[in-house]
Amino acid sequence: MKFGVIVFPGSNCDHDAYHVISKHVGQPVDFIWHRETDLRGYDAVIIPGGFSYGDYLRAGALARFSPVMNSVRDFAARGNLVLGICNGFQILCEAGLLPGALIRNRGLHFICDYVNVRVESVDTPFTNELKSGSVLSMPIAHAEGNFVCDDGTLDELRGENRIVFRYCDRNGQLTDDANPNGSRDNIAGICNRERNIMGLMPHPERACEDLLGSSDGRDVFRSLAGTLAAAA
Amino acid sequence: MKAKVYVTLKPSVLDPQGKAIKHSVELLGYAAVSDIRQGKYFEIALEGQLSATQAREEAVRMARDVLSNPIIEDFRVEIEE
Repeated sequence: MKFGVIVFPGSNCDHDAYHVISKHVGQPVDFIWHRETDLRGYDAVIIPGGFSYGDYLRAGALARFSPVMNSVRDFAARGNLVLGICNGFQILCEAGLLPGALIRNRGLHFICDYVNVRVESVDTPFTNELKSGSVLSMPIAHAEGNFVCDDGTLDELRGENRIVFRYCDRNGQLTDDANPNGSRDNIAGICNRERNIMGLMPHPERACEDLLGSSDGRDVFRSLAGTLAAAA
Repeated sequence: MKAKVYVTLKPSVLDPQGKAIKHSVELLGYAAVSDIRQGKYFEIALEGQLSATQAREEAVRMARDVLSNPIIEDFRVEIEE
């Protein structure tokens, strides 16, 4: 199994993702520059966090037009796994690969903090080794993480069990106080209808070592690797 | 020819920046302000022999595909000859 981490000008969590795949998952991984278009040979692609194109126009708006994104679209359409973290989530929404949009945090500030999220769906290749309803501690670092969508989209996300993570308090309660950015329905992460594309604002790749504050993110990558191993 | 594109958040979308600006304006004593919404403004210089209609079509396409995100934003186009 082989992983790719896409690098845009302004990506800054690419090395974290690379580190987790190579050291913790123990699988081969390449950086893929955004001008490349050939994703043959990869089984999963990670779109990492950062500030692609300086967040100009809207977060993720310009990265969507990078050559690699057409390949990511085809890659996903063939059923391969795509994980977008933070800016990667914003890019996937701008590209229309995930529904909704991420706008300015309701409190306006850039938030860099640990948050709790509840695992809402284990029926994805990214969460199938997690326990439904369990609470994970992961860091967030964003100014535009406020998830918005129309009523119809929200009904669809709920009805199809596509809300993967929700912000919660330490006891797993979905309170407004536990919602750091104003996201609709406390949404922290969603997947597409086919369940092979997931985007989330928290950073599981920065929560893989106890020394750094939390290792709760590891199971996301374990699930991903387990899914690929089972399919191989 | 110049195209002017105004991109604004849809009325249903919260605009925390606009709210913060309104708060500051109120502190300055502008009591009559009931709301402020922040948007974006683009000036696009167009070359060649485009008619006003063609220029508008070009600008509308750009506004729809790049300058705005239709999930959260509306846009308006003006053409200046």
